[in-house]
Amino acid sequence: MDFPLSEELRLRMYRILVELRESEQRAYDLFLQNLVKGTSHLSLGQEAVAAGFAAAMEPRDLTFCTYRGHAHTLARGVPMEKVLGELMGRGNGLLRGKGGSMHLTSVEHGVMGSYAIVGAHIPIACGAAWRAQYKGDKDISVCFFGDGTTNIGAFHEGLNLAAIWKLPVVFVCENNLYMEYTPIGDVTAVQDPAAGRASAYGLERILIDGQDADVVYRTARTAYDKARSGGGPSLIECLTYRYSGHSRADPAKYRPEGELDHWRGKRDPVRIYRERLLAAGINESMLLEIEDVVRRRVDEATEICKAAPPPSPDLLLTDVFADGGAAWRN
Amino acid sequence: MAELTYREAVARGIAQEMERDPDVVFLGEDIARAGGVFKATVGLFEKFGPLRVRDTPISEQAILGAAMGAAMTGLKPIAEIMFSDFIAVCFDYLANQFSKSRYMTSGQVKCPLVVRTANGGGLRFGAQHSQSVENWCMMIPGLKVVAPSTPLDVIGLLAASVRDPDPVIFLEHKSLYATKGEVPDGEIVDRLGVAKIVRPGKDATVLALALMVPRAVAAADRLKAEHGIDCEVIDVRSLVPLDTQTMLASVARTHRVFTVEENPRLCGWGAELVSIIAEEAFYDLDGAPLRITTPHIPLPSAEVLEDLAMPGTERIAESIRRAMGA
Repeated sequence: MDFPLSEELRLRMYRILVELRESEQRAYDLFLQNLVKGTSHLSLGQEAVAAGFAAAMEPRDLTFCTYRGHAHTLARGVPMEKVLGELMGRGNGLLRGKGGSMHLTSVEHGVMGSYAIVGAHIPIACGAAWRAQYKGDKDISVCFFGDGTTNIGAFHEGLNLAAIWKLPVVFVCENNLYMEYTPIGDVTAVQDPAAGRASAYGLERILIDGQDADVVYRTARTAYDKARSGGGPSLIECLTYRYSGHSRADPAKYRPEGELDHWRGKRDPVRIYRERLLAAGINESMLLEIEDVVRRRVDEATEICKAAPPPSPDLLLTDVFADGGAAWRN
Repeated sequence: MAELTYREAVARGIAQEMERDPDVVFLGEDIARAGGVFKATVGLFEKFGPLRVRDTPISEQAILGAAMGAAMTGLKPIAEIMFSDFIAVCFDYLANQFSKSRYMTSGQVKCPLVVRTANGGGLRFGAQHSQSVENWCMMIPGLKVVAPSTPLDVIGLLAASVRDPDPVIFLEHKSLYATKGEVPDGEIVDRLGVAKIVRPGKDATVLALALMVPRAVAAADRLKAEHGIDCEVIDVRSLVPLDTQTMLASVARTHRVFTVEENPRLCGWGAELVSIIAEEAFYDLDGAPLRITTPHIPLPSAEVLEDLAMPGTERIAESIRRAMGA
């Protein structure tokens, strides 16, 4: 677990962290301008989980995520304007406006979907891993979910199946302390919602600091290596925090006073990593350049999306069935 | 040519497709070593081994979720849900997941999978092991829904379902498993979305599905012999895609239409078919369409009550006779 991390890798992770932070902040700003409709679930504050796990993946590996999936999608290299375009309901969007914020998917980048029914994707990730096992493919499936997911049936069905079939799948719980509007501890039988359940499936208890991208990366690599070499699944709980409410509609007034300030002030994943890199002797000008490039990319993506037309009405009746259409009768 | 039971046809159909394509895999509860609780999958485990024919825990969500994940990454899974009633505990995958993923992702995600399940009543199993759930499946955009009535159709439609690029719900009727039929040797592949006229007639069109097909045919024979009413019985076979042309053409010839449905009354598949006929063939009709269904009740288990609930040959014949004024 304690292998060295190259400077190149660390700069790459820092770039991902900044990209996620800046693009999620932009998504929030676009809400306020009423340019993003519907709902959206931001990962502000949770960027190190997405960055560390994505940076440790190989291009062929598969990501499965929840409706809080912007960060996991972007971290696999999906172009920012396609994500923002989808949030804004534009024709240039990743799903051409047919999915929206909660269903970001880019098969060519290994992002096999964002699932908006809690827990549904846990068995689905098992199925993708079963295919790899059956075909002898070397890819692994990485399945991200929130703390609230650990209380739904599909989580337990999927964990059990992955364990008995020794599937090459890594389950990642982002414990941001709240199940939607309710503290996770109020509704969960064990203190650690995922790690506390691991032993029920014969799995190792893994509970890590989800705000430290290096810790996340090392944990991911270890779990990926195990999965790839036939060692079966892992269940990893990452302690993290979301800065915004559950979704666009939630002002998060249920949080105790000072909690947000504590996490944002002392536990911010972007700041932690920036200070880590500076302490490791990386020249600040390199970090400033990354930040500058990312901000320009976010601005460019925003302008592209603002100028993009809405989806063509012709898309309404397409892609229900494999023949490209929606016809259910002759 | 050989005589096969409906249950033997299931195993033969699956074996035919697994032999043809190594990407076809099969999972479900008690399907492998035990050969299925209805003995419809006997021999597959021995033939194809534990990696392709996999017993699962009692985890219907895991079964359908795993089938979806395998399908979207390149396999062609056949998943068994032991009783169709259990679809209720994994309905998310039918209603929200593999039915919608192609549309939501603008064509990126494809789910070529088959969910096989034992549907329907008649075996005195009570309200949670006897339902006809074809109407639950039919209402979801993105699913195909198939229900064979003969051993030959089991093989041909199962093969067509496995080869279909879309998710298919394949409803086997558990009261038909013991029935027999002639099946030719060699590969059998049918087409989805083609209804079959199983008994030609000129006086009335009778639309039926699965177990209701042999009952409708028996009712038609009785009506012909006793009252001279000549019914054309159509086995709908596939609710999605729906072969409306065969039905509309039949109604244009006979000028009367009846549906024989095992599902409970409200929102049964016959309601959709009758509405299509009313919209598109209204002036072909010489009388009101009539739906012969199970009442809108949970199915009871005692023989006398279950037989009263489900459309039987006598009720079908009597309902048609009265409506025809004979």
